[in-house]
Amino acid sequence: MMHTEITPTKSKVLPPEQKQTIFGWTKKNLFNSWFNIILTFVSLFIIFIVLKGTLTWVVTNADWEVIRANYRLFMVGQFSEEEIWRVWSALLYLTLLFGLSAGIWKGTIRQLSFLLTAIYVIHLALPFLSGHTKIWLLSNIVTLFASYVIGLKLPKGKMIGIGGWLFSIIVILFFLQGFGILPSVQTSMWNGLLLTVILSAVAIVGSFPIGILLALGRTSKLPIIKYFCIAYIEFIRGIPLITVFFSMQILIPLFLPEGFTVANIIRVMIGATLFTAAYMAENVRGGLQSIPKGQFEAAKTIGLSSIQSTFLIILPQALRAVIPAIVGQSISMFKDTSLVAIVGLVDLLGIAQTVKSNPAFLGHHMEVYLFVALVYWVIAYAMSYSSRRLEETLGVGKR
Amino acid sequence: MEQVMPKEMPEKEIIRCHNVNKWFGKLHVLKDVNLSIKKGEVLVILGPSGSGKSTFIRTINGLEDIQQGDIVIDEITLSHDIKHIEAIRKETGMVFQQFNLFPHMTILKNITLAPIWVRKKPKKEAEKEALELLERVGIPEQANKYPGQLSGGQQQRVAIARALAMQPEIMLFDEPTSALDPEMIKEVLDVMKELAKSGMTMLVVTHEMGFAREVADRIVLFDNGEIVETGTPEALFDNPQHDRTKLFLSQIL
Ligand SMILES: Nc1ncnc2c1ncn2[C@@H]1O[C@H](COP(=O)(O)OP(=O)(O)OP(=O)(O)O)[C@@H](O)[C@H]1O
Ligand SMILES: [Mg+2]
Repeated sequence: MMHTEITPTKSKVLPPEQKQTIFGWTKKNLFNSWFNIILTFVSLFIIFIVLKGTLTWVVTNADWEVIRANYRLFMVGQFSEEEIWRVWSALLYLTLLFGLSAGIWKGTIRQLSFLLTAIYVIHLALPFLSGHTKIWLLSNIVTLFASYVIGLKLPKGKMIGIGGWLFSIIVILFFLQGFGILPSVQTSMWNGLLLTVILSAVAIVGSFPIGILLALGRTSKLPIIKYFCIAYIEFIRGIPLITVFFSMQILIPLFLPEGFTVANIIRVMIGATLFTAAYMAENVRGGLQSIPKGQFEAAKTIGLSSIQSTFLIILPQALRAVIPAIVGQSISMFKDTSLVAIVGLVDLLGIAQTVKSNPAFLGHHMEVYLFVALVYWVIAYAMSYSSRRLEETLGVGKR
Repeated sequence: MEQVMPKEMPEKEIIRCHNVNKWFGKLHVLKDVNLSIKKGEVLVILGPSGSGKSTFIRTINGLEDIQQGDIVIDEITLSHDIKHIEAIRKETGMVFQQFNLFPHMTILKNITLAPIWVRKKPKKEAEKEALELLERVGIPEQANKYPGQLSGGQQQRVAIARALAMQPEIMLFDEPTSALDPEMIKEVLDVMKELAKSGMTMLVVTHEMGFAREVADRIVLFDNGEIVETGTPEALFDNPQHDRTKLFLSQIL
């Protein structure tokens, strides 16, 4: 190219170089005023005391035998040894989905797959797990990588991925329950982390569409629908979850024909779903309200029907805007499943209670609770982390 | 697309408003509005703020309902029947002051949405037509961006393309350049001029007097919910009959 450069320097002006040294950063962020210097030292002191105390206890005083000996109980409760392959198969299906989705969509789901791999690898390194378990773990890791590679190349990947997730709950319940094809495992045997995860998954996934319908209903022009939705939402939000669990025990049998019973776990699932749906509805409503009137009008003027404009224009934007609230709600549901102990189900926390009252491990409740807290934290953190990533990729807050 | 050729004006009246009255609560915003527009005519609506220009133009495609009078569009009478309203909305395109593009969709999706979902066009065909429209409004290279990545002028041109994608008989513009920086106003007005030349029936609410004088076939002046004066640009600007018209013009010119 032939052009005369009149101002050769101007075209190459770069921003002033910012060399960040650790020393510079600390000085700028931690020691930039007397007040901050004091704050920094006080915080360092507190962190030091707490960490020292905890770590000393974790490494020297604590006896982790209680976790080691009961590990299986924490994870799957009393699911019998002969049938345990079914839990593994369900997990394998999930792993497969994660791998495929990581290949298809990349992004957030790929990060979660890394986390999953990390968890499997850590378990592989645990010395006390049986060889049998390790074979399953290994096959999960292999499946994850294989399906990731397949996902990268899969034609029509998105359709397959979405289909896989839609069916996931059914597939998992099939493996666990049997649906009459596999020998049935009584639901009272589903305990521990397995129960916690299944309960929260059902409640979260089930409450989502119901919540959307309730939120839309609340904005409906038909008074019956509108006031029903308002009454439902306000009633549920006014009572504690425990009450819902209790009343499900009593109410559901009333609706059923004589001699017909529904397993406790199903009643709890229904209760948790209906409860969470009311909160989901309020979150979604917040999103609906954030959509400017012009969006509705534009949708109308190009000829979309009101159903089309709801599902193509309004909801996609409204849901994006409330991802943080929805995930927050999901996390709190996940933690609230620990209340099911009240109606006789033994979830992760329930197992913790049994284990700590086992005479062989008396006095080790600290270890038990710390471990349970860690498990809850890892899962809850994974949820909130993916929500933040999802917000970034979808550009929430940017118009 | 219609060909660009000198304007011929068949005597068919595509919009007829007869004694239209509208109230917001107790506020009487449209008072006995009578107005007919011929096919291919470009009508510019002027008037002070709050005089009911937006309200009037929005009654044409049923965004606002009216309490008295009749509006007939292309032989379809606007009524409360949603079928009629939807039929009329397929005949009319609207461009808003605030663009109102769908921020979660690419430009191409914004334009193809209605042809695919309402006209049931195959996706390929809709996309081909969308690209032609983007070419026509002068931004073919922006198809895969999101509205937030475009300048105001570009967004408004996309909004015009989106409305045109439904192949409307009538285009309604409510102050299409009022939210734009001065340097972008021209690019939007140029697209509108081209559209007017192509024979589109247009109702334009605007404060752009240059555009009104150059492009309008007829101008109506709204004040206080009434049509005060109607006439060709020359008649209205150079020889206004009514005091209220004179006052308005003296304030704005
Ligand atoms: N949704 C509404 N509810 C109540 N009053 C309204 C509503 N929309 C408009 N109005 C009132 O109706 C009158 C006419 O409003 P309109 O928006 O049609 O005026 P306009 O001529 O378009 O003014 P501008 O040039 O400021 O856009 C105004 O007094 C306005 O306050
Ligand atoms: Mg207006």
